Amino acid sequence: MVVVKRRSDALTQPRYSRDDVTTLSDKQNEPQWLCEARRAAWDVYEQTPMPHMEEEWRRTDYRSIRWQEADVMISANGVGEEVVPAKNREPLVGDTQGGLLVFVDGKVVHHEVAPELTEQGVIFTDLNTAIQEHSELVQANLGKAVQAEMGKFAALHAALWQNGVFVYVPRNKVAELPLHVVIYNTKEGASLLHNLVVVEENAQGTVQVDYASAEAEKHSAYFGGTELIVGDAANLRYVSLQEWNRETYDFSHQRAIVGRDANLDWVIGNMGSRLTKAFIEVDIVGKGSNARVSGFFFADKNQFFDLDTQQNHNAPLTTSDLLFKGAAKDNARTLWQGMIKSLPKMQKIDGYQVCRNLVLSDDARMDGIPGLEIEADDVICSHAATFGTLEEQPIFYLMSRGIERPHAQLMLISGFFDELLQRIPFEKVRERLTEEIEAKIVG
Amino acid sequence: MVTTLEIRNLHAQVAANGESILRGVNLTIKQGEVHALMGPNGSGKSTLANVLMGNPQYEITAGEVLLDGEDLLEMDTDERSRAGIFLAFQYPVSIPGVTLANFLRHAINARLKAEDPESKGMPIPKFVRMMREKMNSLGVDHSFAGRYLNEGFSGGEKKRAEVLQMAVLEPKIAIMDETDSGLDIDALRIVAEGIQKLTGPEMGALVITHYQRMLDYITPDFVHVMMHGQIVESGGAELALQLEEKGYDWLREKYGQPEQA
Ligand SMILES: Nc1ncnc2c1ncn2[C@@H]1O[C@H](COP(=O)(O)OP(=O)(O)OP(=O)(O)O)[C@@H](O)[C@H]1O
Ligand SMILES: [Mg+2]
Repeated sequence: MVVVKRRSDALTQPRYSRDDVTTLSDKQNEPQWLCEARRAAWDVYEQTPMPHMEEEWRRTDYRSIRWQEADVMISANGVGEEVVPAKNREPLVGDTQGGLLVFVDGKVVHHEVAPELTEQGVIFTDLNTAIQEHSELVQANLGKAVQAEMGKFAALHAALWQNGVFVYVPRNKVAELPLHVVIYNTKEGASLLHNLVVVEENAQGTVQVDYASAEAEKHSAYFGGTELIVGDAANLRYVSLQEWNRETYDFSHQRAIVGRDANLDWVIGNMGSRLTKAFIEVDIVGKGSNARVSGFFFADKNQFFDLDTQQNHNAPLTTSDLLFKGAAKDNARTLWQGMIKSLPKMQKIDGYQVCRNLVLSDDARMDGIPGLEIEADDVICSHAATFGTLEEQPIFYLMSRGIERPHAQLMLISGFFDELLQRIPFEKVRERLTEEIEAKIVG
Repeated sequence: MVTTLEIRNLHAQVAANGESILRGVNLTIKQGEVHALMGPNGSGKSTLANVLMGNPQYEITAGEVLLDGEDLLEMDTDERSRAGIFLAFQYPVSIPGVTLANFLRHAINARLKAEDPESKGMPIPKFVRMMREKMNSLGVDHSFAGRYLNEGFSGGEKKRAEVLQMAVLEPKIAIMDETDSGLDIDALRIVAEGIQKLTGPEMGALVITHYQRMLDYITPDFVHVMMHGQIVESGGAELALQLEEKGYDWLREKYGQPEQA
């Protein structure tokens, strides 16, 4: 006889209910369409089992999370932007920027937009305010790219997101100055923010979002959603840098929809968290468009990063260029799973997908699984995952000029990432990230 | 004091397979002297250069190397560099992501810090000025400084970058391993003139080359010929001319083939 041992009474899922959805909508005085959307998402959430052994989760065991700590909704308690580290708050270029929006524990503590942007009709505000002031515009775009049906945590996010960012650059307008969003938590627990960026036809914008949180002992959970809607002939540069504390579990869906003759330049940095499971997806739906997706990650100690990327070519004459570079040391683990897909009969497609891994210790483990599902024949696609360690001959070369071994190693590792950091258009941010990478190398 | 590098009965093998390459090299180089080292392909010239710099690809099996009486082989590669040894590589590796300027600034600061742990390093404006001067004197385009080290450099550019590094680090004993090869005629002249300017009482040089052309610029005080991991013949500047004319066969006949290991 087989004795089935019951799991201990540890929680296996976050403790939320349908009432939480209603309470949230009421509290935020949301329009009918949104209340309904949230309730529908909740239904999906309830019908979807917790992810476990399905292909995209098979290698990612998030069950060490203590839901009884991580599911407690973070609420603001009056602290202001001064708690945010200066390095995150600094203007991106010079001392001007197009706008700065700072969240602390989910609450907006700083909001400014350059008047020249407002005059052009650019909207840069938190999502709750946008829903009150520009309900139709938000309704027309919310959920275009990220939907509850994408998975358990996507459904939870869609049902319970608390606030977020709304960026809107109207047709033919150029938001020259960068818009900067800082999401910072001082408290432990759950947060769910939604970033919706809409760049209309022939418009241009640059946005950077920083995620960070104070050191903590208890677990936190972040259920994120990011939607980038790039219109025809539009141009978006989007930089997202995740530096949560080491007790945070980050589950996020980030997806871009790129129209015709448009250009997307997307940089993703993953440095923080205990565990990250990110779905990063680009859908090129219009002819003649380019998407460049660049990612860097560095895992150390017990960090686990799982980055799933997908490039969907749903239109002919499109190019996508994905380059990820990562390192792992101590007993960290990383996993990259990439996929390029095309619809049938989509000719002249050029897809590139590469993940380069630098393994810095014997106990670290890095995996990379590239994939292609192409149903067209006039196509150039390359995909690869490479793995390497620090090589002795370059170290010898640097040492032969008087540089000590540890410093030589540090230069080589920073050098490995430099190509990617150069894709971030802000020098100060590059410097900050170089320092953070060096701190991880040395630490 | 004149710095002296003394190589005594040096034997070395390839670490990976134990193949013995250097079989008893003896050579003394003093600051201010120019030594040319010639010899057929595969005779062990680059191995000697790399062993002197401490390349972990090789193991020393016998002999010693003294720098002003101190055991060079006991020092780490970076210490050797800071003690004044420099190697211009025959085939420099490329270092993606590290610019030449950034690299050289670290190299200089490592020296300053070794001399004085309190040193804050060379101020950036001073460094930039110094780099410009050195680049001008070697006919190197300023854009070089911002490029990743040797990454995508042509053969000639790599050699120029090596000489530039040598000019910046001002070694006491410089080993140049075929710095004259892979250069077109103009580049050869520029590089050779650059090296000519650097040699003098402050610098001793071991110039590894196959051709007289480089030695037209830097007249060697001594010319040595390496065969089968040993220096078999030494002479003055005229030896190089003789080799250019006659090749190595007369030496092979004179010294015979070494017994196989
Ligand atoms: N790292 C190594 N691994 C294996 N064999 C090596 C290695 N380094 C040198 N050798 C061998 O040792 C011998 C001497 O090589 P070395 O490069 O020192 O010659 P060289 O005199 O510099 O030749 P060249 O004039 O062609 O540059 C060669 O047979 C070479 O194949
Ligand atoms: Mg050689």
